[in-house]
Amino acid sequence: MTNVMPEKSYLNDPKGLRSWLLTLDHKRIGLMYLFGVMFFFFIAGLLAVLIRLELLTPGGDMVSADTYNRLFTLHGAVMIFLFIIPSIPAALGNLFLPVMIGARDVAFPRLNLMSWYIYVLGSIFSIYVMVRGGVDTGWTFYTPYSSSTDGAIIAMGLGVFILGFSSILTGVNFIVTVHKLRAPGISWFKMPLFIWGLYATAIIQVLATPVLAITMVMLLMERTLGIGIFDPAMGGDPVLFQHFFWFYSHPAVYIMILPGMGIISELVSVFSHRKIFGYKAIAFSSLAIAFISFLVWGHHMFTSGQSQFAAMVFSFLTFLVGVPSGIKVFNWIATMYKGRIDLRTPMLYVLSFFTLFVIGGLTGIFLGALSVDIHLHDTYFIVAHFHYVMMGGTVIAFLGGMHYWWPKIWGRMYNEKLATITAVLIFIGFNLTFLPQFLLGSKGMPRRYYMYENMENTALFEQLHGLSTYGSWVILVAFLLMGYYLIHAIFKGRPAGANPWGALTLEWQTPSPVPAHNFEGEPEITHGPYDYDTVDVHPTFPRD
Amino acid sequence: MDSTGTIFMPPGSSTIASEVDALFYFIFWVGLVFFVGVVTATLYFVFRFRRRKQEAEGVTTGATHNTTLEIVWTVIPTILVFIVFAWSFKTYLKMNIAPGEAIEIKATGQKWFWTFDYPDGRNTMNELVVPVDQPVEMLLSSKDVIHSFYVPNFRVKMDVLPNRYTSLWFEATDVGTYDLFCAEYCGKGHSEMLAVVKVLSEDDYAEWLAKGDVVDMNIPLPELGEQLYTSKACNACHSLDGSKLVGPTFKGAFGSTVKHTDGSSAITDENYLRQSIMDPQSQVIEGYAPVMPAYQGLLKDREIDGLVAYIKSLK
Repeated sequence: MTNVMPEKSYLNDPKGLRSWLLTLDHKRIGLMYLFGVMFFFFIAGLLAVLIRLELLTPGGDMVSADTYNRLFTLHGAVMIFLFIIPSIPAALGNLFLPVMIGARDVAFPRLNLMSWYIYVLGSIFSIYVMVRGGVDTGWTFYTPYSSSTDGAIIAMGLGVFILGFSSILTGVNFIVTVHKLRAPGISWFKMPLFIWGLYATAIIQVLATPVLAITMVMLLMERTLGIGIFDPAMGGDPVLFQHFFWFYSHPAVYIMILPGMGIISELVSVFSHRKIFGYKAIAFSSLAIAFISFLVWGHHMFTSGQSQFAAMVFSFLTFLVGVPSGIKVFNWIATMYKGRIDLRTPMLYVLSFFTLFVIGGLTGIFLGALSVDIHLHDTYFIVAHFHYVMMGGTVIAFLGGMHYWWPKIWGRMYNEKLATITAVLIFIGFNLTFLPQFLLGSKGMPRRYYMYENMENTALFEQLHGLSTYGSWVILVAFLLMGYYLIHAIFKGRPAGANPWGALTLEWQTPSPVPAHNFEGEPEITHGPYDYDTVDVHPTFPRD
Repeated sequence: MDSTGTIFMPPGSSTIASEVDALFYFIFWVGLVFFVGVVTATLYFVFRFRRRKQEAEGVTTGATHNTTLEIVWTVIPTILVFIVFAWSFKTYLKMNIAPGEAIEIKATGQKWFWTFDYPDGRNTMNELVVPVDQPVEMLLSSKDVIHSFYVPNFRVKMDVLPNRYTSLWFEATDVGTYDLFCAEYCGKGHSEMLAVVKVLSEDDYAEWLAKGDVVDMNIPLPELGEQLYTSKACNACHSLDGSKLVGPTFKGAFGSTVKHTDGSSAITDENYLRQSIMDPQSQVIEGYAPVMPAYQGLLKDREIDGLVAYIKSLK
């Protein structure tokens, strides 16, 4: 079967740099976000490789303590604020949310463009001050360290403050779009689950991000005016900062994972060619997670000296939030039952997600358990746990989504052999990097140490850190390979056709790449997003 | 208690360790069952229901809803996590309520060393001495930023805050020396803020108590200084081999000319070294941050003599 590329699409209609920089088209804005987040992901990934290199040997031999502290601060802050928070919602969400609900654009296109510019401005500003100003607080900015260290904390706080606005604006835009712009025939329960994920995320973005902004403003006032909210010498409370910070940053964890879960819901249905199991359970569990996520921040602070009663309540609520996540996993697996499973590249990421995210989730149980957390808190166990959730969960889902929608974004298919090898390499490299870190942590290795000489367990730690460092090299090679075949596909890939995978959501019912106005005429809604039990759909780019 | 440790845990050397480990392994095994279940189901379905060429088209059938199944997979995990919650809270309470007869020791964290104050008025640095089989309550506070008191073998950890006391307790079950880490990131010297817990037998502890805080008069000054170099935590910031850590190296530190941050300069003689130990902020060498704490009141005269003599000997 030969497909032909459409002559006109959102990519070349209209032409010219100006038409891109001033575009109001959600797809172009989404694509510009995609370039942005991928660029920062690459930068922060290289920093991670440097961090792992320092830890290859027990001594502090490659970089100084100061440089190491700046490296992990930069790695964390760039990954969190510049990559993972905007990654799925702002890039893939912007590209496909309106198309998937049959809309022409988001509710506020100008606001959308503004949020991209704010993101770029905030990113450049943050990176500049972190590198020039030597910010060494870690991405958590704990006081009183952050109110007393020399780094350019004020400027950095401002950067985070600016980036927060970009996140809030995207959230507002998505909420209104989902409420107001669904095409006739797409009721709430006919929305794709990716949209439910983005919707729940947007609610958290709008409600939680202002708290981070306020916290940053208080930190600025603390440093410039000495108001003393966090300064114990003036009657303030340094732990209060942690409460404020995690009141945002715990829900932020769900800003990162909910859209990823949305992608997995799409992929598992499409590549099992099977109607999704428990649609409503998945949709409602997203909302349940979003709600409970506001009530568990104290589980980051079990050793902070908070009251035992508070610790008990937070521990209890933490266990509650685990249950809806488990339900989602069971639903996805049930979806595969009696399906027709096609192991194309996106599906490999789904299988990878199942394994890694379940490890991430189950290791969270250790950390929610008060007595066990006391031992594991601030060790490498935590580092391994959140990388399994953030990278094994969100990043793997993001990569699955990228491979799923890449032919829709560019109209061309990538080399699936190389893509399969890469997916397997990432899976192996990831486990090699982070599995040993669980053991490092449970054996007592604290995090944020740039050397680990003169410890009882130095020999064991060296072996485990070594494995972890080798794993980081495998991941690096895999990502370079991915960069190659994805870019190659943009120019040389075979045309994919409108519906390469044989999917039923709306973005596949319009040409690839998508026309400037998304649909020729009004989109016609003849079936639900997952009606593989009634609709016989044919892929335009089958494997064989 | 075991002394070799288990596959995931370091040796448990306190009364609470076995309880923490029991729950750790309970979660581990239950979690492993779930993990294996999920992976097996996934792989089986992938194999059993993979796309075969001859049936590559057409619709699929299969339930999209099953009330019994959905109730089962909601209720079972919920019950399991409640068990974990109750179990962990029970141990956690035990960890938080010190027995009344506990020996109380004050620990102070500061960039980047620990000081321990004992009931009889003496203090040690970076070495906590406790008796075996007796509960010890640590009263913790910090002089600057947040640190965290962590002894992996005891399974205890508590943040150490400025201007506020926190506490924890433990009862060591094995004689030995154990790592004590700072677990809360505190800057440049975070990974060098290492101390040890020395657990002594009843007799040794009694002897240690009886000996009192006397400086051993029978060893030469440079040797005394060498001992103090580690026991008073100089080694956290000052190297012996010429490399630059948080502070200047001790190698060749005597008899050189140094420039200060305020522009003045001085020759490092005995009086200079003495002042640098007692009131370091008064003369900070160019290129270094004014972060060293004053040792005024923490060292005896002979100890100062020892350190000065030791530094002199490092040519």
